[in-house]
Amino acid sequence: MALQIIEGCVNCWACLPLCPSGAIQDARPHFLIDAEHCSECAGDFADPQCASICPVEGVILDGLGVPLNPPGSLTGVPPDRWDVIRTAIQAR
Amino acid sequence: MESKLSVNGVGASCHDTRAASGCGGGSGLAGSELPAAIRAKIDNHPCFSEDAHHHYARMHVAVAPACNIQCHYCNRKYDCSNESRPGVVSELLTPDQAVSKVLAVAAAIPQMTVLGIAGPGDPLANPQRTLETFRQLTEKAPDIKLCVSTNGLALPELVDELCLHNIEHVTITINCVDPDVGAQIYPWIFWKNRRVTGRKAAEILIAQQQKGLEMLVARGVLVKVNSVLIPGVNDEHLKEVSRVVKAKGAFLHNVMPLIAEPEHGTFYGLMGQRGPTAGELGALQEACAGDMRMMRHCRQCRADAVGMLGEDRGAEFTLEKIAGQEIDYAAAMVRRAEVHASIEAQRATKNQTPCATQVPSPRPRTSEAYVSLASLTRRRPTQPATRPVLMAVATTDGQHVDQHFAQARTFALYEASASGIRFIGERRVVHEQGGSTSRDDTTRALQQTIEMLAGCEVVLCSRIGYEPWGHLEAAGIRPNGEYAMAPIEAAITAVYREMVAAGHGLSPVTTPVLMTA
Ligand code: SF4
Ligand code: SF4
Ligand code: SF4
Repeated sequence: MALQIIEGCVNCWACLPLCPSGAIQDARPHFLIDAEHCSECAGDFADPQCASICPVEGVILDGLGVPLNPPGSLTGVPPDRWDVIRTAIQAR
Repeated sequence: MESKLSVNGVGASCHDTRAASGCGGGSGLAGSELPAAIRAKIDNHPCFSEDAHHHYARMHVAVAPACNIQCHYCNRKYDCSNESRPGVVSELLTPDQAVSKVLAVAAAIPQMTVLGIAGPGDPLANPQRTLETFRQLTEKAPDIKLCVSTNGLALPELVDELCLHNIEHVTITINCVDPDVGAQIYPWIFWKNRRVTGRKAAEILIAQQQKGLEMLVARGVLVKVNSVLIPGVNDEHLKEVSRVVKAKGAFLHNVMPLIAEPEHGTFYGLMGQRGPTAGELGALQEACAGDMRMMRHCRQCRADAVGMLGEDRGAEFTLEKIAGQEIDYAAAMVRRAEVHASIEAQRATKNQTPCATQVPSPRPRTSEAYVSLASLTRRRPTQPATRPVLMAVATTDGQHVDQHFAQARTFALYEASASGIRFIGERRVVHEQGGSTSRDDTTRALQQTIEMLAGCEVVLCSRIGYEPWGHLEAAGIRPNGEYAMAPIEAAITAVYREMVAAGHGLSPVTTPVLMTA
C-alpha cells in the first residue's frame, strides 16, 4: 500500500510537508515516495495528501500503477474537449 | 499633473516593483493625497517611493517553494508567476540560510532596507518556512522591514502571526471577486486537506482573499493588490475588483498584463490565451484610475537585491561564503543607521526645491540615484566590468520604443550594465509655455529636453528629426532610432552590447564610486 511519484514531477515541494508519514523525499531528478513508509494517508486523512495537492497530472500513481490525477483532472479540461476549449480560448 | 504612463509587461504581476511616479515631492504615488501614516510607511520603501528607490534597495529570499492553488498562467516549474517573470527559477534557501544571507547583505549594504518573501511558490502555503524567516529577522535585524506576497488562500489564518513580525506590507494577488470568473483562472485549490475544483474553489479563494485584505487593513498593515489582466476573462471585471479592494482599504491596485507563451508550458500558454495589448492595458488602467491610485508607474523589478547589486557583488553572498561569516549585526546596525541618516539628510535638502522649478534644471534631483546603487557593482577591480550607461527611452506604453523623439514628454530611464538592465525612473519635459510654435520656441524646447536628459548617453526613440539629432549628438547623447517598436529591454541590451563591442569608453571603472551623502 504505497503511492509512487514518477517522472514528470516538477519538484515543486507542495507534497513533501503534507505527508503525515514523512515518506516523501526531496530526490532528483524528481521527488520520490518511500514505499516502506507511505500509508496512503490511511487513518490520517480522507484523501492521500500528496495526490491532493500535486499540480501535475499523471505523476502520482497508486499501488496498481493507476494515476490518481488522470489527464484532464487538474486542468479541468478532459483530453477530448481540448480542441474545443482551445478554440474558445483563442477567440478571446 | 500625473503623466500617462503604463506598466511594463510581467508574466503576471509583482510586488517586486520599482515605483517611479511623476513629479511628486519626493514620494511616489499620489503624494499628498496619502494619509500621513501610509506615507510614512512607503517613504523609504524602494518599491513604492520613487525617491526612495534611488537610495534604498530591497532583496528577496526564496524560502517558500510550495503552492496551495493552481493559476492557469503558472506551471510550477518556475517561480510563482504572480511575483516574477515567467521562467525565473530561484535557488531555494532554508530559513536559516536566508537569514544568514540577509544579515550578510544588510551588513555590507546599508541601503538594503526591505526584505521580501515572494516564493518561489506561495509564502503562506509554506507558513513554517516563511514565518521562521520573519521571526528570526524581526529579532536579529529590527531595522529591516519585511514584506510578503500571497495568493491569499491561507492569509486570514496567518494574519495575526504575521503581525507579530516587522511586517510592513502585504501584497495579495486578486484577479477576481466573482467565482464564475475565478473558475476560468483557477482550476483548483488545496483546502482543508482536500483538492477542491471549479466554481467552489474560486468561491473559497475569493472569500479568503477578501477576508485577509479586511483583516490586514483593520490591523494597519499596508495592502497592495495585484491583478493579472487576462483578456476575455477578467478584463471588464477588474474594474469591479478595483472598486471592491479600494472600498476595503487596499492602498494600491496594480494591474499587470498576462504574458502566456506556449514555451512556458502553462495551461494558458498551451491553449493560446493571449495577453492584453498595450492599448487594452492602458484603457483598463485608465478606467480603474478614477477609482483608486493605480500603480501605473510600476515596472517589474528586474532583479532582487542580488541582481540589483550586480552579478559580481552577488557572488560575495553565496551560501559557501556566508556560511563562514560571523556577522556582528549590532555593529552593522549602527553603521546602517548612520548611512540612513545621511541619506535622509540628503533627501530632505533635495526635497526643498519645488518640483516645477527643478525639472528643467541641468542636473535633475534624482540624478544621484544611479551613482548610489550602481556604485555597489563597481567596487571590485579584480572583476572588471564595463561601466553602466544611462539610456533614455521615448515610449508611450512603457514596453516598446514606440515614440517619436519630438513627441515624447516623458522619457523612461534605464541603466544598462554588465549585470543587466535596471529601470531607474522617469524624466519629464516641462516646457515653458511659449504660446507659439515658432522656431525659437522649438529650439528652446529641444534645449530643455537635452538638459533634462543630462547624464544619459543614449536616447532611444522610434524616429527623430535631423535637427534634434545634431543637437543631441553635440550634447554627448547618442540618438538611436534603429529599434523602433522593439521591446525596450531588448533594444537597450542590443545597444549596450554594441557600445561595449565598439569600445565606447566602457572600460572598467578603476576608482570606486562610493555612495556619498
Ligand atoms: S499518500 Fe500520504 S503517506 Fe503516502 S506519500 Fe502521499 S502523503 Fe505521504
Ligand atoms: S506535488 Fe507533485 S510535482 Fe510537486 S513535488 Fe510532489 S509529486 Fe512532484
Ligand atoms: S499562486 Fe501558485 S499557482 Fe499561482 S502563480 Fe503563484 S505559484 Fe503559481
